[in-house]
Amino acid sequence: MSDTALWTLVLGASLGCYLLKLAGLSVPAAWVEQPWVARVVDFVPAALLAALVAVQTLASEQELVVDGRLAGLAVAALALALRAPFIVVLVLAGATGALVHVLA
Amino acid sequence: MSDAARTAVLRDAIGLGVAVGLYGVAFGAAAAAAGLDAWQALAMSLLMFTGASQFALVGVLGAGGSAVAAAGSALLLGTRNTVYGVRLVPLLRPQGLLRRMGTAHWVIDETTAVAVAAPERRLARVGFLAAGASVYLLWNATTVVGALGSAALGDTAQAALDAVVPAAFLALLWPRLRTGATEPAVQRRVALGGAVVALALTPFVPAGVQVIAAVVAVALAGRPRPQEAAA
Repeated sequence: MSDTALWTLVLGASLGCYLLKLAGLSVPAAWVEQPWVARVVDFVPAALLAALVAVQTLASEQELVVDGRLAGLAVAALALALRAPFIVVLVLAGATGALVHVLA
Repeated sequence: MSDAARTAVLRDAIGLGVAVGLYGVAFGAAAAAAGLDAWQALAMSLLMFTGASQFALVGVLGAGGSAVAAAGSALLLGTRNTVYGVRLVPLLRPQGLLRRMGTAHWVIDETTAVAVAAPERRLARVGFLAAGASVYLLWNATTVVGALGSAALGDTAQAALDAVVPAAFLALLWPRLRTGATEPAVQRRVALGGAVVALALTPFVPAGVQVIAAVVAVALAGRPRPQEAAA
């Protein structure tokens, strides 16, 4: 992607995200406080974040690939289940990815 | 307002800034891995200033996705902030267009959590501003550290970073699935559905589109079952 395209994306998406914030302070509360709106907003992050976890772990362009990322994710999940702090989770996942890369 | 309550709110607000600062390093590094330069990574933290959307944008780009898919996933995650704004209006009562426009920039997960948890309305405003200032400063500073730091990485360190990015997304997702979140059983089902939909579509759609398509999991799995409705 060209530099101009990247800047357009960065600035355009930033403006869009800002307008979403401003809308919350500006629109009548009744518009947003519909039960179905609240439900969708509650659950959209779980779907999107899980999709990103899956894609970042297994996808390489349009193929599914098993490599050090999956091992790193498994270690990260274990660390999170043991309530490790964020930085520890990332360091363990990174170290696992690097280890698999060196061994493979 | 009591001094003790004020101190507690300020301590929480500043502590959040420090914790979020660590994510900033991860974001800067992920942005660099996706092909953004340090200025573009910093512009996102200065102007977009909403972590999950920023991670989603560079995540989709890094997976080879188009600009439309990257922006779309950032905006979908940004809708959360609209709902936060509605909750914050009665607490912050921003008067006038300029103040409303300024307040809006800092409406994010962390500032909303501090403001809503504050024991009284004046402290909600103090907490919102303190959390906003500390998160804004640290998030931007650490974005630069991550973006510049990862430029110096070799091959093995790159493999490490490749494993760090999905772990960072998992860490963002984790608290939503835990007991104590809103309807954790439904959240887990939606998350599983989102992951399955995204993987199933990966071979067939342009990169990044499968992430946005995963929101159909909300419609498929997001309905409460009768036995959970009371939970």
